[in-house]
Amino acid sequence: MIELRNIRKSYRTEYTNLEVLKGIDLTIEQGEMVSIIGSSGSGKSTLLNILGILDEYDVGEYRLDGHLIKNISETQAAKYRNSFLGFVFQSFNLLSFKNAAENVALPLYYQKMDRKKRIDLAIDYLDRVGLKDWAYHLPNQMSGGQQQRVAIARALVSQPKVILADEPTGALDSKTSHEVMEIFEQVNREGITVIIVTHENDIAERTKRIIHLKDGLIE
Amino acid sequence: MFDYDKWQEIFGTIRKNKLRTFLTALGVWWGIFMLIVLMGAGTGLENGVFSLFGSHARNALYVWTQRTTLPYMGLPPGRNARLNNDDIQALVMHFENEIEYMAPRLWVNGGEIIHKDKKAAFDVRGESPDIVHIDAFQLADGRFINPLDMKNRRKVIVIGKRVVETFFEKNENPIGEYLKIQGVDYLIVGTFKSDRRGEDAEEDEKTIFMPLTTAQQVTNNPNFIGWFVCTIDQKYKVSDVQDKITGLLKERHKIHPDDEQGVRSNSTEQEVKELNGLFTGIKLLVWFVGIGSLFAGVIGVGNIMLIIVKDRTKEIGIRKAMGATPRSIVSMILLESIFITTIAGYLGLLSSIGLVYLMSVAAGTDVPFFLNPQIKLGVGVAAVLILVIAGALTGLVPALQASRINPVEALRDE
Repeated sequence: MIELRNIRKSYRTEYTNLEVLKGIDLTIEQGEMVSIIGSSGSGKSTLLNILGILDEYDVGEYRLDGHLIKNISETQAAKYRNSFLGFVFQSFNLLSFKNAAENVALPLYYQKMDRKKRIDLAIDYLDRVGLKDWAYHLPNQMSGGQQQRVAIARALVSQPKVILADEPTGALDSKTSHEVMEIFEQVNREGITVIIVTHENDIAERTKRIIHLKDGLIE
Repeated sequence: MFDYDKWQEIFGTIRKNKLRTFLTALGVWWGIFMLIVLMGAGTGLENGVFSLFGSHARNALYVWTQRTTLPYMGLPPGRNARLNNDDIQALVMHFENEIEYMAPRLWVNGGEIIHKDKKAAFDVRGESPDIVHIDAFQLADGRFINPLDMKNRRKVIVIGKRVVETFFEKNENPIGEYLKIQGVDYLIVGTFKSDRRGEDAEEDEKTIFMPLTTAQQVTNNPNFIGWFVCTIDQKYKVSDVQDKITGLLKERHKIHPDDEQGVRSNSTEQEVKELNGLFTGIKLLVWFVGIGSLFAGVIGVGNIMLIIVKDRTKEIGIRKAMGATPRSIVSMILLESIFITTIAGYLGLLSSIGLVYLMSVAAGTDVPFFLNPQIKLGVGVAAVLILVIAGALTGLVPALQASRINPVEALRDE
């Protein structure tokens, strides 16, 4: 599903050349549940951004479901993100002026799905994360755990092949973290690849495979 | 196609930033408002001033004589040439094509004019039949001076509305009655009213016309006229013919060709031209000020949109992560900008047209130099088009900026 060959990435500024990824080789099969763990500055967020086609890499090859992701246009990138990937962020990143159902329906909007249909589907997915009754609430009327569940529903609604989660439990207490991880496990059981970036060991230990990242290299 | 989410997006932003949106819209509103009100007022002024002419011929030429200032052919300066019938005959023959209508005139000292027990003083003029085609008056009743009157030196008169009001009661018919001027009875054959507005009209209507030939006889001025007015065929420029006519008259009366004073003339063409020039200037100024303020408003919208884009960096990043294409981001920002400018501009258009209408109602026909302020439909449509295009243009820079937002930067947690 995901194939990385010798991925290198550096951030150039006027004075320095900071090499963040120094040659990553990584293969993740479909249906895996993987965590990428490392201290801050290890390059794990950069790696996730490259996997999410949010950022470009300098050297190497990245194949997503067989497609080579290199020098592709913004529009093409948007299409891949929309159809292959689902994102979950540490700070949820819900749109504050849209209610839960509208937030979940957002990826479907970019698939040009009819409004009524996508709201119905969004409510189905909210039901799956146990928030059907909250469909018409705004994000600021919900707790952090609830918001993250809305975000997961949003990541799932477009039926992606891969879920990319960047510190999904970073802003949550341990009880809600536990609940969120349970949802991820359930998602994974349905065959969706789940990649979680974290620096918390107990979160990483709940995944089937742990990738340690240190100074831009896989240990 | 109606895209509910896009509009919901726009209303969402507008609702969240009411004051900012209002101030932005105000700039555009004011711009279009100024433009339209100024243009309406300009048109009103133009209509008002030109209405002073009424149906007065715009190609009329007035010619009269004054004391000469230059010696010529052994004759001293200070002579006063008097125009006569032969001059008119010669002009009509010589400028057969150029001259359309010719109306020589002669003042008559009316003195005290009497009808039964009423006495009053009015201007009395000897006129020619052609004058109906030149001056701005309309026959109200009866007939005007005709060639037969001229030929037979009939003692008939055509009187202005004010004269009628002075001598006759409302229910009286003045036609067929007599007025006594300098001891002679004149039969009233017609009445007229002025086509001009305000004081000019009132002055016009305080006049009594009699046949020129009759006037020449009763004033003991056989053959002489006071001055004349003629109109020049549209094919010719009045100013060209003007010089030729005065030239011929100078020749006939032995006046130095360079004498500015001997034969004087004035044309409505000149007045119309000067006024046209003035209004072209006013229009230019109106457009300059109007477009300027519109432009300022539009720039304001552009500025605000830039700030909005900055404000929404995160949101745009999220949308991109969810699969928004650069195009969809551009269209979202553009639509918002066009929406604000168009709504604000449309309101400006409505309110300014309302004000122009109120001006027109309030001014009515009583305000001198002001009549029927109005906006031409084309101008209104053009203004709306300008608004939409301006809205799109101002939105373009922020929209492109938004589409270039890097989702990684946008989504970075602080």
